[in-house]
Amino acid sequence: MEINEKLVKKHGLSLEEYSSIKRLLGRDPNFLELGIFSAMWNEHCSYKSSRKHLKILPTKGKQVIQGPGENAGVIDIGDNDAIIFKIESHNHPSYIEPYQGAATGVGGILRDVFTMGARPIALLNSIHFGSPKHFKTKSLLNGVVSGIGGYGNCIGIPTVAGETKFNSTYNENILVNAMAVGHAKKDKIFYSKAKGINKSVVYVGSKTGRDGIHGASMASAEFDENSEDKKPTVQVGDPFTEKLLMEACLELMKDNSVISIQDMGAAGLTSSSVEMASKGELGIELNLDKVPCREDNMSPYEMMLSESQERMLIILEDGKENHARKIFEKWDIDFVIIGKTTKDNNLLLRYKNEIVGKIPIEALASKAPIYDRKWTKKKLPKKKINSKKLNKLNLKDAMIKILSSPNHSNKSWITDQYDQMVMCDTIQKSGSNAAIIRVHGKEKAIAVSVDSSANYCKAHPLTGGKQIVCENWRNLISVGSKPLAITNCLNFGNPENPEIMGEFAECLIGIKESCEFLNYPVVSGNVSFYNGTNNKNIWPTPVIGGVGLIDKLTKPMNHLFKKDNSTIIIVGKTFGHLEQSVFLEEIYSDLDGQPPEINLNNEKNNGEIVLDIIKNNLVYAVHDISQGGLLVALAEMCIGSKLGANIRKPKKLGNIFEYFFGEDQSRYILEVDKKNLTKVEKLLENNNIFYEDIGYTQREKLEIEKEMTVDIKDLCEINNQWYKNY
Amino acid sequence: MNSTVIVFPGSNCDRDIAVALEKMQFKNKMIWHKETKLPKSDLIVIPGGFSYGDYLRSGAIAGKSLIINEVIKVANQGCLVLGICNGFQILTETGLLKGVLLRNKNLKFINKDVNIKVIDNNNKFLKKYKNNQILKINIAHNEGNFFTNKDHLKELNEKKLIAFKYCDENGEINEDSNPNGSIDNIAGIFNSKKNILGMMPHPERMIDNLVSNTDGTNLFSSLLN
Amino acid sequence: MKFSITITLKKDVLDPQGKVVQNTLQNLNFKNLKNIRQGKYFEIEVNNDDQKDVEKKIDEMCKKLLVNLIIEDYKINKIS
Repeated sequence: MEINEKLVKKHGLSLEEYSSIKRLLGRDPNFLELGIFSAMWNEHCSYKSSRKHLKILPTKGKQVIQGPGENAGVIDIGDNDAIIFKIESHNHPSYIEPYQGAATGVGGILRDVFTMGARPIALLNSIHFGSPKHFKTKSLLNGVVSGIGGYGNCIGIPTVAGETKFNSTYNENILVNAMAVGHAKKDKIFYSKAKGINKSVVYVGSKTGRDGIHGASMASAEFDENSEDKKPTVQVGDPFTEKLLMEACLELMKDNSVISIQDMGAAGLTSSSVEMASKGELGIELNLDKVPCREDNMSPYEMMLSESQERMLIILEDGKENHARKIFEKWDIDFVIIGKTTKDNNLLLRYKNEIVGKIPIEALASKAPIYDRKWTKKKLPKKKINSKKLNKLNLKDAMIKILSSPNHSNKSWITDQYDQMVMCDTIQKSGSNAAIIRVHGKEKAIAVSVDSSANYCKAHPLTGGKQIVCENWRNLISVGSKPLAITNCLNFGNPENPEIMGEFAECLIGIKESCEFLNYPVVSGNVSFYNGTNNKNIWPTPVIGGVGLIDKLTKPMNHLFKKDNSTIIIVGKTFGHLEQSVFLEEIYSDLDGQPPEINLNNEKNNGEIVLDIIKNNLVYAVHDISQGGLLVALAEMCIGSKLGANIRKPKKLGNIFEYFFGEDQSRYILEVDKKNLTKVEKLLENNNIFYEDIGYTQREKLEIEKEMTVDIKDLCEINNQWYKNY
Repeated sequence: MNSTVIVFPGSNCDRDIAVALEKMQFKNKMIWHKETKLPKSDLIVIPGGFSYGDYLRSGAIAGKSLIINEVIKVANQGCLVLGICNGFQILTETGLLKGVLLRNKNLKFINKDVNIKVIDNNNKFLKKYKNNQILKINIAHNEGNFFTNKDHLKELNEKKLIAFKYCDENGEINEDSNPNGSIDNIAGIFNSKKNILGMMPHPERMIDNLVSNTDGTNLFSSLLN
Repeated sequence: MKFSITITLKKDVLDPQGKVVQNTLQNLNFKNLKNIRQGKYFEIEVNNDDQKDVEKKIDEMCKKLLVNLIIEDYKINKIS
């Protein structure tokens, strides 16, 4: 087949890139090789637009065993236990086929984690949909939620936390980010780096079909007479096979048979084999006749680019082939030796006794293009709030409107569809600040949370990037865990647009600043560009997934009030920052102004002292104050607990809405028993932490002195309505 | 007491039930579905999960597996058999229990803590509970909507073969307290000899106060002599 | 008039359910079994004598609701 300009472009490669390919090969590539280059050089595999910026992120620390660059990040949680975790996007597939898109997103991220030797112990997700009024939103929501549940429930890993948001910016481009967390022994972690020459390369898992053959597939169809039959197809997830594959892999990993192992994710066989060879600085030879295929007459091009799910590539130690085969046979999983490692640093592909492709590994990996794309800085928007317009409003009405809005309603309609308890180590389910999962058979536990705040990032990417790391950190603190490390899923628009590239670059600077200051390194992540259609890009939406450690779990901490007549205090100062708040958005559809500022010093000090207070068993409940401000946070503490609160009006009142709905950062609400109050106050004072005593808990009613009273029962009712009626 | 947990491809509550059994001092063994012999056991448990991916009908394919013939044999000889969730579905597919578990009325997977009432404690499984005792137990299923014919329903009532019914926190058994549409709110049933119990709720999830509560422990301790 | 609609997964789409059913039947000694694909079946009865019009309507029903065109194919047959 002749390679022409049109075909090159259909493979998503620029003509400059094509020239580089010819230079690297010293000749024209054939069709198969072009497909392989296109898969390896695309944004997803090569990080060509993002790499330069990702470099600034802090990735090291005493707690880090493995940072970015592997299938997932690995952190140390003491006595030979390690936690392995990563988040990844599956945005585009989920928009096309929400059930399968979301399901395969979950399946893919689970493989990233068990590939490294971890048994997955928790799943999380961050899902963003368009406006509820948009005609597609309802079916997308239904499909995505049942897809996430369908996969996680079946494989038997609890889905324990997440966030669901609606905003018209996602009308034509939803976000489905899935995170998996696993537990491994520190001395039994498996990497993708190949070692040794002439070692068996083994294909295990499902057969290869024509699933999701890359963007390039359009081109391939055009050159085929029966193109109707060979249309690229949506990947279908098979959680049952994944469960078997997982058990088989974990069984094989018990001894020393595996040299390296890699999941076949995006660009399947191509990226997995190239990655293993490239990391090991050696070559790999594959005999494509051996690849287990689901359909007849699959071409090498299709085999190399198929994105069929539930497949892995393993490099085995000499003489372990039969032992390994037996394990996979027990679990009814295909096991085929399809090649070997070589010393000549090429990807060599054989098919029907011919060499059908030969590419130097480095051309596909280290020599892939890197771009320093143009980007523009975003100015901090001008302050423009006019507090006069607020005065006509009533505090209670505003609160009710927020608590009955799609974004702030009770989400049990979603979480009831996920098995949150399987494995019996879920100490705290979703709905609180963070979920808590016990390390099986031990006293310690981890806390996990995913967070995003696209509106802040849109208004000012630098502040937004900073804020979202802090918010995640705060959530982990609030359940009494020491935050250890994060994974990030960076969802952005088209990087060829300098403004979008600027959003990306600046969000990363923000993320870096917070991570550095809080000693909260990034250990894994994923970049998803080109979220948008027809020049309409989504708001910048970095999603942060954090993991924290609770050394000794005796009493899990959550946000629910526990007792009548305890004191309620706020740690951290309330200034009343309303711009970019939920209040202005929900009540006035006002999206202007700057996000709240982050003071990293206060963030760290406040957080550390709150953690100390929790560890010393001096509080009943802790809740961070985030989107919605003080009143929404208080209402949330009431709603789950059926207890109420009696809150004084602040003495120096600027504006009551600013006080109760302002989204100033680094704040926590604490419920403290009167007998512990002096101790808590002393701790705060000794550390120069600002705090305010704002009232006390009471039965049945949430009351603000001389302003409003509301029955907790009614509050629950209000909070539960939206999903029921949607 | 010797217990045996049957593990099918796709079982996923096998570890949870093993942990519970061992915590309650059972001597437990796990048996892979391809085995053809059962170890000597006083109790056989068919755990929850998605055996064979729930494909075709939940429980249908596990109901045709090699080991299940052995389970049927010893069950008919009086061995105690407990099927939880998918285990209950498998037991109905084998015919050891009558009835069928249809898709939940709301057509969605449901995971939540629900209240169930002990209907009859005059059997080996529930003797440590009181009649009409209300338990809070977790359910997690897509097909838990129990249905059976009139004759069987009559038999269940007359011979006191209903183990649990869904209820609210005050013990009211009504449509509002029925999470999945089960006929007469039935959450678990016995065979006519009362040596086989099938139930949708997960007692093995309720043995630890840190995770949930301990409402499930008495089911296991009832079985210990 | 009565029509049937048979919906199957598209040829190249993975059918996990069909695969497991096939394996099980093979284990139950149905050895010559080559391939199984599963699907859905509907029967639709319509009060309308204009066959062309009815077929058009049923086709619309398929496209709008019954079939997930991204992964499924369908066939409409007149029964009576």
